[in-house]
Amino acid sequence: MKRYSVFAIAREALNHHQGWERAWKSPLPKASYDAIIIGAGGHGLATAYYLGKNHGIRNVAIIEKGWLGGGNTGRNTTIIRSNYLQDPSAALYEKARSLYETLSQELNYNIMFSPRGLLMLAQTHHEVRGYLRTVHANNLQGVATEWITPERVKQLVPIINIDGPRYPILGALYQARGGTARHDAVAWGYARACSDMGMDIIQQCEVTGIRSENGRVTGVETTKGYIGTKKLGIVVAGHSGQVADMAGFRLPVESMALQALVSEPIKPCMDVVVMANTVHGYMSQSDKGEMVIGGGTDGFNNYTQRGSFHHIEETLRALVETFPMISRLKMLRQWGGIVDMTGDRSPIISKTPLGNCFINCGWGTGGFKAIPGSGWAMADLMARGEPGPLAAEFDMWRFREGRFIDESVAAGVAH
Amino acid sequence: MLILECPYCGVKAEETELSPGGEAHLKRFGPGSSDDEFEAYMFARKNPKGVHCERWRHAYGCGKWFLAARCTATLEVFGTYLAQTAEPPAEIVEKIKAKRPEWKGYS
Repeated sequence: MKRYSVFAIAREALNHHQGWERAWKSPLPKASYDAIIIGAGGHGLATAYYLGKNHGIRNVAIIEKGWLGGGNTGRNTTIIRSNYLQDPSAALYEKARSLYETLSQELNYNIMFSPRGLLMLAQTHHEVRGYLRTVHANNLQGVATEWITPERVKQLVPIINIDGPRYPILGALYQARGGTARHDAVAWGYARACSDMGMDIIQQCEVTGIRSENGRVTGVETTKGYIGTKKLGIVVAGHSGQVADMAGFRLPVESMALQALVSEPIKPCMDVVVMANTVHGYMSQSDKGEMVIGGGTDGFNNYTQRGSFHHIEETLRALVETFPMISRLKMLRQWGGIVDMTGDRSPIISKTPLGNCFINCGWGTGGFKAIPGSGWAMADLMARGEPGPLAAEFDMWRFREGRFIDESVAAGVAH
Repeated sequence: MLILECPYCGVKAEETELSPGGEAHLKRFGPGSSDDEFEAYMFARKNPKGVHCERWRHAYGCGKWFLAARCTATLEVFGTYLAQTAEPPAEIVEKIKAKRPEWKGYS
């Protein structure tokens, strides 16, 4: 792999840009691998990357039904934060956030991580108490967050209206090292690094069945034929229930549509990420100038990758009250992704009833921020067959045993 | 926009008038059941990409719970029926089978 650098740009500029090589190869599948990962989104590619980098397992295939990073990795609002209430979540999301800090250098691929700061607005007294609790929890967990006053919120976000009639700003939970990154670049960067380690990324290849013998997976049936494997990782977000069904077990997961939208590009007006959980809206400004807006999920099972129209209206109505200046902004695009929701709104990184099959799912509405940490923990689980400290609490049997990692109460809606 | 006909009051309600209640026809397990049965009842869901029988409440209408058979991949609605029904009624099953011959049943 030729490294990207300022010298490479200079060299190619003199060479009419003829020398850029493909970022990753597109090979045909081999007969068998040491490990197969289903799903070449951020989490699947990060899993493969850390399998190779941390554990030396490089005879790996990543199988993708559509195109690389074309699911929720390419459909989220790119927010990165780790201000979670429960200890296991804070550890996992903070691991991810800290890996994002140096990911561009590590992958030699600019993922445009921008730790611009993130505010979670408190707009009810209930939220004030909840976020004060989270700030104290974060301080004990070693996650740097602070409680700030409405005046400080106004300083950080001049376009905000802090004394709205219905939902005045009573303060905010502030994580100065939270922010955003270029979501596609995260998938592309990991894909390039995986391909460079000799791993096969096989796109346009749908898994149609999982073969097992004596409680162990032997391989997967795909639209490009049968591929054998010693270990299988299922990392398919919204379609986890479908693939788990092929493997013969059910998950405590339901798939729903979550929407986002962007406005026309405008001049820079907001250099932090703002989340308003009471009114179900969050907003940041992309480097192109678009206001990137996310809202709540639909409440019913849905695989259509488009959401209900009234959610857009509700989200925008709430945001217009909080940011009056966006009232005449035109919206350019709207899209939906299928998120896999668990009962406690925490993910599953777990062994399964099949011995050498592992699953990483249930990230719900907040998977993007966790990609590096999720891959790290999943690779650890797949390589050793047992969860490491990051994944230990996130097994799928926690529901049966009542060990919920309850972030639904702690975080309200937005993840 | 999703539109379901409430089988009690006959109103064709759009989704802002309704609240979703998840998978229908779950077999309830309580005291005396095994851990596996109780876990399956409480948490494990079919979550199909296709025909889904589910609970809805006509929240901003008559307020009653009812059931609907709907395709989660296309949002096509096969019909709604009363909540006091242990399994989908025959005419709805027929309608589903006509359009989705590969359907293996609701459970």
